[in-house]
Amino acid sequence: MQTTLEKTYTDEALIDPSKRATIDRILQENKHLEGATMVVLNGIQESIGYISSEMQVYIANNLGEPVSRIHGVVSFYSFFTTTPRGKHTIKFCIGTACYVAGIEQIIEKAKQILGIEPGETTEDGLITLELCRCVGACSQAPVIVVDEDVQGRVKPNRFPKTIQDIKSQEG
Amino acid sequence: MAYFRSHVLVSIDPVCIEKGAYDLIDALHDELVKQGLVDEIQVLETSRIGDPETQGPDLMVYPETVHYSNLSVNDIPFLVEEHFLKGRVAEQYIREAKAILDEELSAPKAKEVRIVLKNIGEIDPLNIEEYIARDGYMALGKVLTEMTPEETIQEVLDSGLRGRGGAGFPTGLKWRFIRNADGDQKFMICNADEGDPGAFANRRVLEGDPHSVIEGMIIGAYAAGASQGYIYCRAEYPIAVRTMKTAIEQARNFGLLGEDILGSGFSFDLEVRMGAGAFVCGEETALMASIEGHRGEPRPRPPFPAQKGLWQQPSNINNVETYSNVPQIILKGAEWFAGLGYKKSTGTKTFSMAGDVKNTGLIEVPFGITLREIIYDVGGGIKDDKAFKAVQTGGPMGGCLPEANLDLPMDYEALGAAGSILGSGGLVVMDEDTCMVDIARFFMEFTQDESCGKCTPCRVGTRRILEILTRICEGNGKPEDIDTLRHLCDEINENSLCGLGKGAPNPVKSTLEHFLDEYEAHIYEKRCPAKVCRNLIRFEIIDGPCTGCTLCARNCPVDAISGERRKTHVIDPDICIKCGICEQLCPYDAIEIV
Repeated sequence: MQTTLEKTYTDEALIDPSKRATIDRILQENKHLEGATMVVLNGIQESIGYISSEMQVYIANNLGEPVSRIHGVVSFYSFFTTTPRGKHTIKFCIGTACYVAGIEQIIEKAKQILGIEPGETTEDGLITLELCRCVGACSQAPVIVVDEDVQGRVKPNRFPKTIQDIKSQEG
Repeated sequence: MAYFRSHVLVSIDPVCIEKGAYDLIDALHDELVKQGLVDEIQVLETSRIGDPETQGPDLMVYPETVHYSNLSVNDIPFLVEEHFLKGRVAEQYIREAKAILDEELSAPKAKEVRIVLKNIGEIDPLNIEEYIARDGYMALGKVLTEMTPEETIQEVLDSGLRGRGGAGFPTGLKWRFIRNADGDQKFMICNADEGDPGAFANRRVLEGDPHSVIEGMIIGAYAAGASQGYIYCRAEYPIAVRTMKTAIEQARNFGLLGEDILGSGFSFDLEVRMGAGAFVCGEETALMASIEGHRGEPRPRPPFPAQKGLWQQPSNINNVETYSNVPQIILKGAEWFAGLGYKKSTGTKTFSMAGDVKNTGLIEVPFGITLREIIYDVGGGIKDDKAFKAVQTGGPMGGCLPEANLDLPMDYEALGAAGSILGSGGLVVMDEDTCMVDIARFFMEFTQDESCGKCTPCRVGTRRILEILTRICEGNGKPEDIDTLRHLCDEINENSLCGLGKGAPNPVKSTLEHFLDEYEAHIYEKRCPAKVCRNLIRFEIIDGPCTGCTLCARNCPVDAISGERRKTHVIDPDICIKCGICEQLCPYDAIEIV
């Protein structure tokens, strides 16, 4: 069974040896835990960046769980994504304080500059825009999160610089 | 542990690092060695102290509480000589008389009493010794050596401590249920899934004083007879997760977690589990489902978690803040704690203040303080001296309270009676420019999105409410909408399983009750009194004040603004999407909403 599955992989994360090794390591390290599913999925989402349907099958087989259950969990939580994300993620906090402080204007500006909607990735695969629920930095509203960096008191006219900074980081 | 007479905290947030914070630390160290002070003064790295944009890099000297800012490496020799050798404050490097600790947590203001927040910003959260130095784990030692589990429960019960997650259930009673329940293994769970938008107190405690939570959990586990614990933290708080993991590791190395804690024969271990962005997982049965590795869907109670919880075993769930109170109660006694607060709500509560208030950030006040005292005395009043309109308490399951309710004493019962909840202590203050219908719509969008979908009233009902509210905000409201909304609110509240569904209608119900006139203006007059709802407003540039600086035109996301340089610009209403960027940016207040 395992060998026939082996041949049919089309997902890059399962073909690439180092990524595959990462997935296997996360599975090995955690499969003995009670309630391993969430720990494994969180680990894979963090290191690989997404959990495709093919990866869900792979995880299910390794954990000895039905695929339907793994898929159920993946689709339930908003942090799990099934398609690859961009290299960098800009999250817009749409919590109450950020909403009151005008996060919508920042989102408008981002849409204008990048030409994509929240949830989408730029064509060059560099930036993904996401909306997220309160990151708990309300006293600095409006807040965006660039990768893991929380930036507060964002202004629409200074936002283009954020994008430029990401681009210049990449050279 | 070595004794230092002074501690120098150097802020190493990204901006300060860029401005040379690490060079500053090296220079400080070299200079202290040179002056032979290296055994007397300790240099520590800390998070943000002041505003790094204008002040960084800066440092704080304790116990003197002297805040030096805008320093360069060249200032260090003089500073070390003056302050540490001669013991004189080097006035020229103090840029501000009043120290601002950070944006979220400033020095305690009058009327504040800090129990949960007492260590935050004062100790290095990643160093267990600093926690121990401030009486940390003394309560645990006392409990394990001098008190029986039953005495521990009684002490917590006598203190009157109630669940800080919002439900307000007596903590001691919960522990007693677990103690008396039958089960092979009992679990102690910490709910660190602080999902309410507008609340961030738990995050600060987890990040700033992780050991207070761990100690509270061990004491609770001893009292309730639990052997394994879980801290369920939301994925939006990666730093809190990392800090907690490090703190648990340290506690284990010190023999405070694991087998035979402090030689008492009592064993307990802890693990951090992460959520993945589902708000409903803050509900206790959903939270347990998530730890077990399932979809975070709530289930009916009874059986209560105390009987059949995690993996069908008796489980105790308390909030971060609840646990964090426990060590202090054990150390200072139930009477001391019960002496703080108001009626049946004893002790203090943290509030995360945000929105249109001058001093945003975290505060901790005794129960019984009024909203007016919180907003005006502690919060400094409304920003830009605008008029107060409403305060939203308790997150998306809470309600919006108007001016008339400002003199309510803050406690579980009074807020409940006013149609809101205490929740996790989020306070979002709104000024006159906030449209209450739009706010109700915002919250419904949130709950509609976060509803797990299990119960039809919540899944479908919140969507229907959202549709109606959206329609009203767009100027297409119908007269019967208000009655339909009221009806839906009652139905959802009565027929949903968990707190999310039961509380979901609160923002709509409370705004309907207190701000009905705004709903009516939208529906009958097609007017948004606060000038927020896009379909009901128009942006115009006023001829006089506009200098033709082109700032608005350059920043308009849809290029709706045109005009020659130095001449009054015009907004094309057909293109304008009413995002309001121009109005926010215009330095001359030349843009008017009509």
